[in-house]
Amino acid sequence: MEIAKRLKGRFPDEVLEICSFHGQIGVIIRREQVLDILRWLRDTPGIQMNHLMDLCGVDNAKRNDDSLQRFEVVYNLYSVEMRHSLRIRAQIPEQEPCIDSITPLWVGADWHERECFDLMGISFTGHENMKRILLPEDWQGHPLRKEYPLKGREEWSGMEELLHKVETLQQFGFNDGPNQDNEKS
Amino acid sequence: MTRPVTTTLEIPVADGERDTYSLKMGPQHPATHGVLRVDLELDGETILKCTPHVGYLHRGFDKIAENRTYAQTLILTDRLDYIGAMANNVGYCVAVEQLLGISVPVRAKYIRTMVCEMSRICSHLLWLATHALDIGAMTVFLYCFREREILLDLFEELCGARLTFSYPRIGGVRQDVTPKFIDELQRFVNLFPDRIKEYETLIDTNRIWLKRTVGVGTLSGDKALALGLTGPCLRGSGVDYDIRRHRPYDAYDQLEFEVPLGSDGDIYARYRCRMEELRQSVRILQQCIDMLPPGSILDTDAPDLLMPLQNTKKIEADSTSYGTGIIKFMEEQGVYPAGDVYVSTEAPKGELGFYFISDGSARAYRMHIRSPSFIHISALPTIAKGELIADLIANIGSLDVVIGECDR
Repeated sequence: MEIAKRLKGRFPDEVLEICSFHGQIGVIIRREQVLDILRWLRDTPGIQMNHLMDLCGVDNAKRNDDSLQRFEVVYNLYSVEMRHSLRIRAQIPEQEPCIDSITPLWVGADWHERECFDLMGISFTGHENMKRILLPEDWQGHPLRKEYPLKGREEWSGMEELLHKVETLQQFGFNDGPNQDNEKS
Repeated sequence: MTRPVTTTLEIPVADGERDTYSLKMGPQHPATHGVLRVDLELDGETILKCTPHVGYLHRGFDKIAENRTYAQTLILTDRLDYIGAMANNVGYCVAVEQLLGISVPVRAKYIRTMVCEMSRICSHLLWLATHALDIGAMTVFLYCFREREILLDLFEELCGARLTFSYPRIGGVRQDVTPKFIDELQRFVNLFPDRIKEYETLIDTNRIWLKRTVGVGTLSGDKALALGLTGPCLRGSGVDYDIRRHRPYDAYDQLEFEVPLGSDGDIYARYRCRMEELRQSVRILQQCIDMLPPGSILDTDAPDLLMPLQNTKKIEADSTSYGTGIIKFMEEQGVYPAGDVYVSTEAPKGELGFYFISDGSARAYRMHIRSPSFIHISALPTIAKGELIADLIANIGSLDVVIGECDR
């Protein structure tokens, strides 16, 4: 809580709200200066949040809280030396889902951010390789958004091409089609 | 008539630049431990650029979890790191308990610590086996599987499953341990330290092993931390970060154990760390057996998370005081407190974290899994750059990745 208050003192305009739940402190911030805030948390002596535990995107569309924007990116930070943690929640509007990349601070944020872009559709400006990571590159939509259906209505567009390839292979005597391979998988 | 034979062989060279060679490794390559594809750009045998591609095993756990109750999501965690599934189950349960404010009986805590460490030994043994096999030591593979078999039999004795356990429950564990299980575990604990020595005599000072591992894939502590590495990979670089110590869960704050640290940050240091961890795990197991307290194994405040047979309270379909998981309709609000927690545990591979947002209903509003393998693979380009292609195999092995956990 002390760190959250110091953060509020250092960035009074950026910090919107400090919340606490089961002893874990979360700080809701504006997205504009996220890089400065995280750098301050990482480099200030006595705080030294040098371990980025987790980064993920959240869709607030169905959350019962009107003060929140549509999306947020959550950073879970931890200090290995000082043994304290803090959660930063950067608010992102629906019209322009993007935020500064924090890869200059933590190299390891690279794939976290790509995953967040892939599944939630939040893009990170300044990231060198902002491409899909878990889903195929020609995938439509972002599955973790609340409006995305749990069960899709159609097949993935690359499926037809894939089946065609299997057929071609079978013409040349490869018989490991999807049907014959059941016991192996 | 014979054709004139050219005697000089000219290799085309593009204006002073050497040609690079691109190679695609995987996704079916046996040394990638699953379906990992690595695109390599080579200059001779030196790696100029290495780009891993993941996602072949993506099943969308985050999305599925948003549409199931907390108790139903448990079985998904088995399919994350299937080598050490018990540690995932425990990690998930610890996180949900903190989110929902459920306390766990002491006996269940000790049992969970016990199975967690068994799982760690299982995972490290399989890692050692396959890592040594990648580098070329076949015998270690067979030795490790011999001991792993004992542990899998123990798991089968405990809960009936050998790979996907789903044994821990939110608020405790499913069944109590039997005296036979404890006896057999004690026999394993007595036997295992000698077996660790056996592995070490095979490879610890083996000249080939040393040549392949010492000074290869070196990472400094700061760099490893910036990359987000955790677990033995981070401790091999000398950073003292073990969640069992830093944020103790279950019974770890009651037990004595050491956190082995390396200093060089190379593959050999990571290997030594894991071998020492095996010893510490045995130590923890011994303490758990000795200190196992009597009492109940499931919290009575989480009745609807249990199997109906074990439920001590009478279940009524229209009851509002409890009945959130299985019985009550999932759309209802105000069942649980609303809020968010991030809870991580020390899985065999590294820090396994769960970030939950609860909106008060019986389903998680958002669940995000911070899986160590995902981050470890993302560190591969940094580690492999400028090294030999043969060492890439050793590097992938030493990072200890499981693709099921990486792709989720």
